[in-house]
Amino acid sequence: MTGTARIRGGGAPGSSRIGFLASRIGSALTMLLGVCTLVFLLIHLVPGDPVEVMLGEGARPADQAALRHALGLDRPVWAQYLDYLARLSRLDLGQSLHAQRPVSDLLAERVGPTAILAVSSLSLAILLAIPLGVLAAQYRGRVVDRAAMTFSMLGAAVPNFWLGPLLILVFSLWLGWTPVSGREGALSLILPTVTLGTGMAAVLARMVRSSVLEVLGEDYVRTARAKGLGPAAVLWRHALRNAWLPVLTLIGLQFGALLGGAVITETVFSWPGLGSLLVEAIQTRDYPLVQGAVLLIALTYLAVNTTTDLLYAAMDPRIRAV
Amino acid sequence: MTEPLLQVEGLITELGETARPLRVVDGLDLTIRSGETFALLGESGCGKSMAALSLMRLLPPGGRILSGRVRLGGTDLLHLTEAEMRSVRGGRMAMIFQEPQTSLNPVLSVGVQIAEALHVHGEGSDGRNRRRVVELLRAVGIPDPEQRADEYPHQLSGGMKQRVMIAMALAGDPGLLIADEPTTALDVTIQAQVLSLLGDLRRETGMAVLLITHDLGVVAETADRLAVMYAGQIVETATVSEFFAGPAHPYGRMLMESLPSAEKRRGRLATIPGRVPPLDRVFSGCRFADRCASVMPLCRERIPEWIGLGAGRGVRCHLWSEGEASHPGPARNAAEPESGASERPSGSVGEIGSPLLKAVDLKVHFPIQRGLFRRVVGHVRAVDGVSLDLSLGRTLALVGESGCGKTTVGKAILQLIAPTSGQVLYLGRNLAGLGHRAMRPYRKDLQIVFQDPYASMNPRMLVGDVVGEGLQALGIEWTRAVRERRVADLLELVGMDPESARRYPHEFSGGQRQRICIARALAVEPRIIVCDEPTSALDVSVQAQILNLLKDLQSRLGLAYLFITHNISVVSYLAHEVAVMYLGRVVERGGVEEILTDPRHPYTRALLSAVPVVDPEKRRVVIRLEGDMPSPSNPPRGCHFHPRCPEATSRCSEGYPPEVRLGASRYVSCLHLD
Amino acid sequence: MAICAPLLDLSPDRVDLTAILAPPGELTLLGNDDLGRPVLDRLLAGARTSLLVGFGVVAVSASLGTLIGALSGFVGGWLDLLIVRVLDLFMAFPGILLAIALAGVMGPGIENVIVALTVVGWVGYARLARAQVLTLVHRDHVAAARALGCSGGAILLRHLIPLTIAPLMVEATFAVSGVVVAEASLSFLGLGVQPPDASWGNMVRDGVSYLLVAPHLVVAPGLAILCVVLSVNLLGDALRDRLDVRSRRS
Repeated sequence: MTGTARIRGGGAPGSSRIGFLASRIGSALTMLLGVCTLVFLLIHLVPGDPVEVMLGEGARPADQAALRHALGLDRPVWAQYLDYLARLSRLDLGQSLHAQRPVSDLLAERVGPTAILAVSSLSLAILLAIPLGVLAAQYRGRVVDRAAMTFSMLGAAVPNFWLGPLLILVFSLWLGWTPVSGREGALSLILPTVTLGTGMAAVLARMVRSSVLEVLGEDYVRTARAKGLGPAAVLWRHALRNAWLPVLTLIGLQFGALLGGAVITETVFSWPGLGSLLVEAIQTRDYPLVQGAVLLIALTYLAVNTTTDLLYAAMDPRIRAV
Repeated sequence: MTEPLLQVEGLITELGETARPLRVVDGLDLTIRSGETFALLGESGCGKSMAALSLMRLLPPGGRILSGRVRLGGTDLLHLTEAEMRSVRGGRMAMIFQEPQTSLNPVLSVGVQIAEALHVHGEGSDGRNRRRVVELLRAVGIPDPEQRADEYPHQLSGGMKQRVMIAMALAGDPGLLIADEPTTALDVTIQAQVLSLLGDLRRETGMAVLLITHDLGVVAETADRLAVMYAGQIVETATVSEFFAGPAHPYGRMLMESLPSAEKRRGRLATIPGRVPPLDRVFSGCRFADRCASVMPLCRERIPEWIGLGAGRGVRCHLWSEGEASHPGPARNAAEPESGASERPSGSVGEIGSPLLKAVDLKVHFPIQRGLFRRVVGHVRAVDGVSLDLSLGRTLALVGESGCGKTTVGKAILQLIAPTSGQVLYLGRNLAGLGHRAMRPYRKDLQIVFQDPYASMNPRMLVGDVVGEGLQALGIEWTRAVRERRVADLLELVGMDPESARRYPHEFSGGQRQRICIARALAVEPRIIVCDEPTSALDVSVQAQILNLLKDLQSRLGLAYLFITHNISVVSYLAHEVAVMYLGRVVERGGVEEILTDPRHPYTRALLSAVPVVDPEKRRVVIRLEGDMPSPSNPPRGCHFHPRCPEATSRCSEGYPPEVRLGASRYVSCLHLD
Repeated sequence: MAICAPLLDLSPDRVDLTAILAPPGELTLLGNDDLGRPVLDRLLAGARTSLLVGFGVVAVSASLGTLIGALSGFVGGWLDLLIVRVLDLFMAFPGILLAIALAGVMGPGIENVIVALTVVGWVGYARLARAQVLTLVHRDHVAAARALGCSGGAILLRHLIPLTIAPLMVEATFAVSGVVVAEASLSFLGLGVQPPDASWGNMVRDGVSYLLVAPHLVVAPGLAILCVVLSVNLLGDALRDRLDVRSRRS
């Protein structure tokens, strides 16, 4: 930290809640532009001529020229970039090469299933991790703690693309309780949710535990006990209120891993979401669609992180004032 | 005599693994009467905080009470269930802690935190509790209590937070308040506020205070009786006047002799060699024997018994069991004559006292940046026009409270922080604004010793490399063998074993590390050393060792010190000249004697009056300053001190008062000098 | 063991049509796959890929990231502002998603996987190193070195970077397991190691089609990944505890 951060209060200009909100949203908007730029540059990373890669080597020059023109690749890069931004501002993500339909339409069809999967996995992770982490911290070194940490260790180590097939094998093929893949009814949601939620729950439980442990060692927890408060009041009113803050940030960050994991999990379960769409697009070299899917997922992540930041600020009076 | 309020007998507390326990409290006996202030005095690591936490049964994880009795008004606290104990905590017995900064919950408003204590120990309605919260905040001297109750801890200054802690402790109307180093983290003027508040509250409510402290001055000023703790045991109990008239135990006596003061200027301070023994062993003799000036063979063979000396006074020392020594003689190494005072400094550029370094209107402003592009929205005026003169072989003390900019002045003089404007004239050459390369030739002459001996050495470097780094970096000595010899000489010069060169910093104690840091500074044979609070992280007895060393080195090598400190007694012992800083400016400077005996600036007067004096007979009148030092990013118009100044008039807010010359080297910036 | 893999006489690509989908123990220790190739041999060959990618990517991204981050924190000013923006931008993408997109666009192949994972990986080290340097640079030992006339480079190399190594080592250890999983995930999606070369990821991918009849094709490589990740994470934990104790004592 620079010397500037040490100064508290002092009535320096811009030290209001609105100021914080404005600066946080301003930085999110800058990031938005940056993300769009990076996604735009993605297509220029294609080795050789992207048109040739897309159409295959035996394509006729006339077709190549037509596609090149359609994609705007025959114009200078800066012109392409400005054009790209202009189209983005109209929510025009271009045409899918493969499906010959607007990318935005394809994405719109797939957003719903991914949102359902992400929300259910996130809920599972939070509902599992928070009680587990808090219990482990409170009974540090005892059986509960060791069991929770073993789960956490294993859960964090199991790759999605392996856990998925194993669950399918046991619950769909052997026991026949759930459908193997696809999206038919509520039952089909269970296995993908467990696959995707386990890893996050594991990481989160560990973080909750260490955050609670750290807070329990703080001086103000000792103050609370010196006041004569009981263990429940100390834990809920003093320890957890502070422990939530880093956990909240981590949930935001872990949401990225969740979105990335969704790409794999959706592929495993043939779940008709954005992730499996992205993989299909990559396999068919449908670059406008790849760009569109990556952009949408990245922007979702950005929105989630900005939201957690603002929530953090709302919960922490220290930031509220700065 | 009043009935004892708290009676502790044979309390034993251990920490750490059961296989290798640390016995941090070993057989503690205490009696505290209602309404009195009882001080538990000791240096760091003596077990005084653990004793207090044992009474509250709030030991850290792994801590356990092995045996003993703690009777509070007839109840044995050690036999209560945890639920019963909870109603005692914060109720009949409350506690406040050393670090007000971290002791309040940052996400709850202070009103809520105080109301919580009310709620636990009473059944008042929310409305009544709210009124009581405001009453309590008013009682501890917090202005605008209605508004303050809704504020969060980070919006309050350190002194205010400690007041809130006290308000919270008062919520349960306790019979006993345990205050664990309540003012150690606070500035001296704020300390004076808090101590007098505690005294007032004690008189009003009739509660007893168990004051845990390392500061003899605080004990002398506030306590009725005291116990001296050493290595987990109480070695002496006495009334405060008896103790300061003559401590019975050699440890207490040596502590008092190692305190710096103006009277001891001519000689060396007494020191206590060695350090507190580790508490993981079984003792077969007196725990203080290895460091004691009056040690006898018996002390190492037999554990001294507790000897009552009548009327609540007692001591744990063999000197008293002999029956002969009613008042043992002075410690062996007390007040030695100044050694080597006649030695002439080698390679001097002039007479002692000839001008060496001059700072003229030095300013250091830090930009406050905000937003995406780090726009500059204001400046922290850390140093705002400071002028100083430093002379050969002399010590200039730069005195002030935390946040006044004194450390920044030191760093700006060495060009470790670039000054915003002003001049630093070293032998006539202006150093301000010199780049790394241009500054290099002067690095050799100007060195620095820091406050925290733990953070000021690279933990991955051997001590030998730390000390020899300057020789290498400045190209003074390229050959390794010669460098190693120089390092060995330097370590010997600061009183360390030359073998230390092959060890790592973390193997040494705080005092030893500070010696190593001094050796590092001396390696390049500087003329000036900036000493930035070099003893404030150290215990009194170790502080005396370092002060002696600095004084010896000055007389042998003709060094000039810019001694940055908040400790007035160190100033009176060591300094020749004094400059007093407040909020980025020097308000008064001159010779040490004239400033300390005849302060002319109202701030200097308030600062000096706030320093506790180690003489219970000499109760002084504290000039109480209201409020806290304002933020240097937005200093008050006119004289920076006028909003808190008892003598301020409307003229004071019109412009910063010019420096008025009162004598040969005496300057004061105040409009009211009559 | 994985390092010795090339020394052993492995035949991960030997097709044996009589041994198609043979269960473990029947013909070979871990059975055979859909082309009759021995699973054990393919597993060991895959281990080599995994660990090479794992250590390679971590080594390159850690050194690159540390240098950039430390420099950024130390030099400050516009360079720092710029680098922080770039770091933020990379952090705006979920790591694995960026790797999938990069590897997907650049085309399949192990080299592109390494490039993609490095591009994603350096960011974490750079952030950590920068944060470390920013806290360390205000320590008094750095001020003391400046007062003794040490140059900027000497301070960075002697007094700052050595002190950032410990937390970065811990981070790097955990990252090895992350990279191993990421490589396997990319290969699982068909973006990494291409058939017939073996990788744990594409072994699972190929095995999924025969899940019911020959579960060992999925179980074996998955267990291998699990073991590597668990042991690397345990190593990281041990390392962190050790370094923690040391910093507490000093």
